[in-house]
Amino acid sequence: MAKKESTFASMALTLFLVTLIASTVLALVYEVTKEPIEEARRIKKMNAIGEVVPAFNNDPGTEVRKLATDRDTLYFYQARMGDTITGIAVESYTYKGFSGLIRIMVGFLPDGSIYGISVLEQAETPGLGDKILKAKSLDKATGLSWSSQFVGKNPGSYRLSVKKDGGDVDAITAATISSRAFCDAMQRAYDGFRKVSGEKESVSGDGNKQEHETE
Amino acid sequence: MNQWKNFSKGFFKENAVFVLLLGLCPTLGVTTSAFNGLGMGLATTFVLTMSNIAVSLVKNVIPDKVRIPSFIVIIASFVTVVELVMQAFVPDLFAALGIFIPLIVVNCIVLGRAEAFASKHTVLTAAIDGLGMGLGFSMALTILGSVREMLGSGSIFGLKFLPGDGMLVFVLAPGAFLVLGYLIVLVRKINRKGA
Repeated sequence: MAKKESTFASMALTLFLVTLIASTVLALVYEVTKEPIEEARRIKKMNAIGEVVPAFNNDPGTEVRKLATDRDTLYFYQARMGDTITGIAVESYTYKGFSGLIRIMVGFLPDGSIYGISVLEQAETPGLGDKILKAKSLDKATGLSWSSQFVGKNPGSYRLSVKKDGGDVDAITAATISSRAFCDAMQRAYDGFRKVSGEKESVSGDGNKQEHETE
Repeated sequence: MNQWKNFSKGFFKENAVFVLLLGLCPTLGVTTSAFNGLGMGLATTFVLTMSNIAVSLVKNVIPDKVRIPSFIVIIASFVTVVELVMQAFVPDLFAALGIFIPLIVVNCIVLGRAEAFASKHTVLTAAIDGLGMGLGFSMALTILGSVREMLGSGSIFGLKFLPGDGMLVFVLAPGAFLVLGYLIVLVRKINRKGA
């Protein structure tokens, strides 16, 4: 089992070959998994949209508007039944969570009231902050969870901050930071929603909504 | 070498978690539930087996001085393969394991087996060693995850058997250390009897 001599040429050649083979293999795997990964992400997003807006018969994934805000981008998915807009799903975020980023999908009715909320991504403390997830704070008897308190409220009159800060939201016990962060994400979604729907009124009727992406 | 002994040493005598105390970062991090533990264990098993095979295949053509970088590239490639495949086909598990999947690269067991075992043995022996060590690691993570899930959430593999939240501390980081400590004591005791 004579080991190969460690000369400069042999070392360079070996490393080159090893990395070449590795990158080829990775490129192949990437190509093969690219579509399933995108499909899995799309399904997840569509499910979240379906949860937060009333029934629709278009594909909200194709009617997307973007709005750049501080540090990140808000996405607006428009749900329509025929020509009537049934709701707008807003993909919002906050970095103020106890463990950083929280991503949520909030559905607004055209009048601005909240229809549903779904958490896309979070890393809050298990048992405390993760009660922002429906499954973790669900009361089986009533079918309500912590985030149910937002449903039907219109942030135009409903103050999206916890009671401790003078708002209308009941914070999760022992998880005020997570609750505040959640409100922050909701507020961001609502502000974006107002901005986008306000714009739409001014351009209503020209039909090419997709081209009106705001930066 | 007796292949059965080679395979089974990963479970008790040289169990990566309970006896060698290697790879504790993912061990403590992901075992909040039995399912997460099992998923992480199996992902590591795949990487361990494949990298052991690859390393023992190329052991004679790699010059000594660049063997560690070469091994790391091999391991990192397999980890990336696992990461992409999981993202594509089990996105929920991928979301639960998060950052710990890419961190398999720096799991000491993987490089440890490649360097200490696979680079000195035949392909078959190395493959069996990787499989045994990996499954032993999976077993340890599943046990640890099950205990933590039972005590902390009152469920096992997601099936609830107790109402309420359970003892939260077992799902959080301190619980990982506590449970691991007691499990190590237990395994030591069993191993001593066996010897």
